[in-house]
Amino acid sequence: MAAYETQGFSLDDSGRRVVVDPVTRIEGHMRVEVNLDENNVIRNAVSTGTMWRGLEVILKGRDPRDAWAFTERICGVCTGTHALTSVRAVEDALGIEIPENANSIRNIMQLTLQVHDHLVHFYHLHALDWVDVVSALSADPKATSQLAQSISSWPNSSPGYFRDVQSRLKKFVESGQLGPFMNGYWGNPAYKLPPEANLMAVTHYLEALDFQKEIVKIHTIFGGKNPHPNWLVGGMPCAINLDGVGAVGAINMERLNMVAGIIDRSIEFIDQVYLPDLKAIASFYKDWTHGGGLAGLSVMSYGDIPDRANDHSAANLMLPRGAIIDGDLTRVHEVDLRDPEQIQEFVTHSWYRYADERKGLHPWDGVTEPNFELGPKTRGERTRIESLDEEGKYSWIKSPRWRGHAMEVGPLARYVIGYVQGKPEFKEPVDRLLSDLGLPLEAIFSTLGRTAARGLEASWAAHKMRYFFDKMIGNIKAGDTATANVGKWSPDKWPAEAKGVGFSEAPRGALGHWIRIRDGRIENYQAVVPTTWNGSPRDHKGQIGAFEAALMNTPMAVADQPLEILRTLHSFDPCLACSTHVMSPDGQEMSRVQVR
Amino acid sequence: MSNARDRILILGIGNLLWADEGFGVRCVEVLGAESALPPSVRLMDGGTQGLYLLPYVTQASHLLVFDAIDYGLAPGSLKLVRGDEVPRFMGAKKMSLHQTGFQEVIAAAALLGRLPRELVLIGVQPAQLEDFGGSLSEPVRGCIGDAIALAGEVLASWGASLRPRTEGRVDADALAIDRYECGRPSAALACRHGDARFLPAGEH
Repeated sequence: MAAYETQGFSLDDSGRRVVVDPVTRIEGHMRVEVNLDENNVIRNAVSTGTMWRGLEVILKGRDPRDAWAFTERICGVCTGTHALTSVRAVEDALGIEIPENANSIRNIMQLTLQVHDHLVHFYHLHALDWVDVVSALSADPKATSQLAQSISSWPNSSPGYFRDVQSRLKKFVESGQLGPFMNGYWGNPAYKLPPEANLMAVTHYLEALDFQKEIVKIHTIFGGKNPHPNWLVGGMPCAINLDGVGAVGAINMERLNMVAGIIDRSIEFIDQVYLPDLKAIASFYKDWTHGGGLAGLSVMSYGDIPDRANDHSAANLMLPRGAIIDGDLTRVHEVDLRDPEQIQEFVTHSWYRYADERKGLHPWDGVTEPNFELGPKTRGERTRIESLDEEGKYSWIKSPRWRGHAMEVGPLARYVIGYVQGKPEFKEPVDRLLSDLGLPLEAIFSTLGRTAARGLEASWAAHKMRYFFDKMIGNIKAGDTATANVGKWSPDKWPAEAKGVGFSEAPRGALGHWIRIRDGRIENYQAVVPTTWNGSPRDHKGQIGAFEAALMNTPMAVADQPLEILRTLHSFDPCLACSTHVMSPDGQEMSRVQVR
Repeated sequence: MSNARDRILILGIGNLLWADEGFGVRCVEVLGAESALPPSVRLMDGGTQGLYLLPYVTQASHLLVFDAIDYGLAPGSLKLVRGDEVPRFMGAKKMSLHQTGFQEVIAAAALLGRLPRELVLIGVQPAQLEDFGGSLSEPVRGCIGDAIALAGEVLASWGASLRPRTEGRVDADALAIDRYECGRPSAALACRHGDARFLPAGEH
């Protein structure tokens, strides 16, 4: 690859190549290769999805009303949001309207997922990129208590409490059962927290693990079962009878009160633990401004959380919708998922075949035909690749583009768009956080900005759960108990041919499902997931995707410890969430890093 | 030995869209269809939910897991392991779509000090893992009955007995094995002829 410029980045592959290859098959693996210059700064980044999911081709010919159940199984971490997007696509195709209660319940479920996913992501998949567990063992519990009490009124903050946690942690580490901590680069100089902050964060890691058991009850109450709740084309598969009793059958006041309590506790945990931790951790990393990538250039959100049922216009969506391109923060463009000129997927550098690969295809006309071939500069063998040739095909991820632009999606994209639109509920928390930390607005366009936006959004989502809960109760008390519209359930009421699109804002970004139905069966189904946008390989113009862009120009403290790379990739909450947990042939977790 | 406070969780894990990866989930499906369970027993299709399964695991006093595991045995061989052996076996080979997730669940439960008192894994040696959208291979499908019989013995030793289900079979959903298999698109329609994988079977 000759050095070249794209989107304001100078790519240069002349330095050493470092390969971070998770090798595992979890949730669609991912591998990253970077070139470092003589100062260990990343000058070229190559991100590849190394597993073909091919969901599209297993749905052909199936009943559209079942599609949600299949899509719920594609991935272990965004089950519900795929199901929601799928039923929306089918409803759009068939012109099915859903009752208000169904809209409120779906919103509560989607917001619950946002809260749950953001919380689990921050503490369990990302915090350890900033928090050094081993350092926590040397913290002074008394000083930890003082620190905790200085930033939050959360009651679990006595010296004795932190001492107990610390000794439990010590015992755990000494037993050799490192488990979730096995993977860390403990002691790497890129870790900046003092021991007390590390102990506080690890303690909250444990509390967050435990708090999950509260949140998941909401999905059981509305979705009937967990961890794979039931969904229904036309509404939600749960009946409401406020006067009923017991834990089974129609939803009653007893169970709704339980939901209300969980919402209260979620708000409390996020506002008193998650957000103060976020701010405390960020305050030690103010100098680490890397990882912005496309965040200040090109971001997109489809929007979600319709206030009223069946109105998917931007004005009715509580999560913002729009696109910002070329760094022009004065203008938010309209996004139309039906317009064949807007969203297109390219496969120039992806292991798929199109008749004409210089052109992109809108998902309704999408083709998913695998074509595994490697560029001439690939090193290694077909089945054991040492390094990829990014001038050829190099990923199982397609390259979606919006009007030809590579886009970042996710919580930061949503917040940037909401901010530029001047919506107070997105703008004010950002301004407040930045001013508390003494940082300028540009600081948000970074790895930490992405992590911060996720935290702010978790709080936003928890408060909105309360809004929809109250709205639903009001609606039910006014006499409307409908949860489903089954008027068009039977395929004999459908047109011979139909097409539709469903969209949502998954925790990790904009998600769309495009469906074509013919004679009551699925003719074509294309899912463009957030990680497809963020993790996309180059396109026919050589434009890089969000992961690749975010890694550019990042200095690494220790070249063969890819802590900074993981930090930035994790900040996207990639759907390859587990991908950094690497299994070596003897079953020990490790991160294989090849430096050459 | 039965204790009124026992909470037994039977968990099937794996991805049922991925051939023999679906073993654990299918065992739970068959068990639920054929057997009546005592109130202390909860049956759960855990899919590939990894860490999200932690709340259920920490609330169980006894945990029985069905999963597809590479033990290096002949395809379709069953193996039962207990206690401390379980996490070690679940990490035996880098094969499963979800095993890391579940190893982490066990480690996290231990860290919280709430590991189930009894832990049993009934695993099968898979024959086919490369067939996305496919169902169980014949050898693996053939041992579901034996796996459930083994589970019956384990449950009996925990004081909970399975009885044949006489009424109230749950409606088969879209992913129930019969519907799943008969609705599969043909190889030509689904482009399976062109599926050149990045990492072929020999690499795992």
